[in-house]
Amino acid sequence: MSKVLVAVKRVIDYNARVRIKPDKSGVDLTNVKMSMNPFCEIAVEEALRLRESKAVDEVVAVSLGPQQVQETLRTALAMGADRAIHVSTEQQLEPLAVAKLLAALARREQPLLCLLGKQAIDGDNNQTGQMLAGLLSWPQATFASKVELDKAAGSAKVTREVDGGLETLSCQLPAVITTDLRLNEPRYATLPNIMKAKKKSIAKLTPQELGVDVTQQLVTLQVEEPAQRKGGVVLGSVAQLVEKLHKEAKVI
Amino acid sequence: MNKDWMGKYSGSSSLGLRPSSTEQVSQILAYCSLRRLALVPQGGNTGLVGGSVPVFDEVVLNMSAMNKILSFDEVSGVLVCQAGCILQTLEEHVSQRGYIMPLDLGAKGSCHIGGNLSTNAGGLRLLRYGSLHGSVLGVEAVLPDGTVLDLLRQLRKDNTGYDLKQLFIGSEGTLGVITAVAIQCAPKPASVQLAFLSCPSFAAVQQVLRHAKQSLGEILSAVEFLDQESMAMATQYLPGVSNPLAQAGPDAAQQQQQGGGGEQGGPFYMVVETQGSHAGHDKEKLEGFLEAVMADGSVADGTLAESQAQAAAIWRVREGITESLVRRGAVYKYDLSMPTHKMYELVQLVRQQVAHLPGVKAVGYGHVGDGNLHLNVSSPSGYSDELEQLLEPFVYEWTAQQSGSISAEHGIGLMKAPVLGYSKSSEAVNLMQRLKVLMDPHQILNPYKVLPGVEHMGRVEMYDDR
Repeated sequence: MSKVLVAVKRVIDYNARVRIKPDKSGVDLTNVKMSMNPFCEIAVEEALRLRESKAVDEVVAVSLGPQQVQETLRTALAMGADRAIHVSTEQQLEPLAVAKLLAALARREQPLLCLLGKQAIDGDNNQTGQMLAGLLSWPQATFASKVELDKAAGSAKVTREVDGGLETLSCQLPAVITTDLRLNEPRYATLPNIMKAKKKSIAKLTPQELGVDVTQQLVTLQVEEPAQRKGGVVLGSVAQLVEKLHKEAKVI
Repeated sequence: MNKDWMGKYSGSSSLGLRPSSTEQVSQILAYCSLRRLALVPQGGNTGLVGGSVPVFDEVVLNMSAMNKILSFDEVSGVLVCQAGCILQTLEEHVSQRGYIMPLDLGAKGSCHIGGNLSTNAGGLRLLRYGSLHGSVLGVEAVLPDGTVLDLLRQLRKDNTGYDLKQLFIGSEGTLGVITAVAIQCAPKPASVQLAFLSCPSFAAVQQVLRHAKQSLGEILSAVEFLDQESMAMATQYLPGVSNPLAQAGPDAAQQQQQGGGGEQGGPFYMVVETQGSHAGHDKEKLEGFLEAVMADGSVADGTLAESQAQAAAIWRVREGITESLVRRGAVYKYDLSMPTHKMYELVQLVRQQVAHLPGVKAVGYGHVGDGNLHLNVSSPSGYSDELEQLLEPFVYEWTAQQSGSISAEHGIGLMKAPVLGYSKSSEAVNLMQRLKVLMDPHQILNPYKVLPGVEHMGRVEMYDDR
């Protein structure tokens, strides 16, 4: 039975307005709408399409964190994932800790593929997929905009979005792939599936059971809003522009 | 300024004015009154009954320069602003302070709050927050002779004499020009849930509405419906808009066969929205509601928005129907109130009436929770007398037979002035005429609109004009 392991993260809704806590220790999460990270949604959708095209047999969704992440797992199940795993911890998780936990899970589940979003919209780290591949010594294809699996050959052809354009890689399976925006358009979870999802199982594990130390290695010193954008000024002449560049912007 | 949003009504004014203060409006009206010059007050010009553009050469009094927000009380939630503020701008302003406007409509990006009041706009949230007659606390208006009437209080309760501000709400700029508004905003809900449902028949739609009112009760904030043809318009003529329930996959072909021209005209789609202060509580109620409607078969399929992006995409389908029809060509719009169980019968009758005309399509959608049907007939080849005669007065007569309203929320404007009698008795119209003459003796404000001309009604008693 070939599996694809999809990691999903619960983050502040992409459209929600973000506020900083008055003590600047972090973002204010009270009463803010939370949703599945958009790149993770794309990863789930890709996994489902791989199952529908019979490239894999089972889609397993996994999320890591406190009890509330089960909401996100329910969404993945409602979209069509077969089962879910909740790695339960109250600890704030950094990308390296997440990668270590996912690596431990991958060694247990032995999936053909690990699908992750390229980054989470809260941390914007873009590190977890890469570190996971490193820990497992698996090939990695990041920022995927197209994925084609060749079961018989045991390889995947992945088109990646890079600064210069598109790059196509071929890699042996098992591999780690991270998704970019244009890979697919995620489906809506339909009501019958939402109802069915309630009955699907969410297995619970802890970092200790997976043998991973998730102690934080980074300390956040301060979180603050970006500097307010100053209004522009309409100038009357080139001479005025030169004067402003010289006197105010001090660039000439 | 001379042409309306749909391109259906066009005047030939050669003068437009953009006052930036109440004082200027007062001076303009006093002068026009003296010189007997007719004016059309104009807001965002998004009206759907030709009420905001000149018929002949009336001076256009455009309010867009009066767009200042005057104050917002974060404890009481009362917003005071000039009449030319765009609804979406106001929504953004109060949203940042933890509130929402008590009305929401598809034209929010362009319409003015003054225009909303003048037309007593309904919209998508009337079910929950009521009409403007209730949520507006104060109005500042200028009478046709230039007198400034300051009724701008921020009080929830004020029973001191006749409630004059109500005269300006819904009178479509015929009794005075609104220059400022005090409006009660509602607290921003902590939890907004949105369900998009597919129902096999209109009878099922009514079942769902009943369930929604019972199971969702106090958190219910919107119930909308659209028929299959409306969905087809939205997905065909709006870029980037697709049916949330059309899955690409092995089920799609089967779905295509089941849908489209089902024997009961299905599928019908519904948007059900809840707003509340507690997400857990609201989700629990919603689950109960969804289980009930799926169990009794009134809902065939549906989805729950999992993110604000999905919610916005679902609303875009419903809110975009009007725009999609305008893109397709000419539109005959009918905005009617009637008993809910009769609503779709009219759509089907009209569809039969126009079946022989190539390319002409009748679509039905609207605020089914408020008993308000939007019946639209789309004609890509343009407006035509033949089509108009097939539709009118048939639609108005049929609606009158159900004791319904020939204009639920769009107002009368120019379009429906001749047919006001289908929904109001001659005694009522007579009194309206007398009020109009009392307040605007020289008939300078928005002439030809709202009230039928004298020749359409019986004797009208006029007071001495001085």
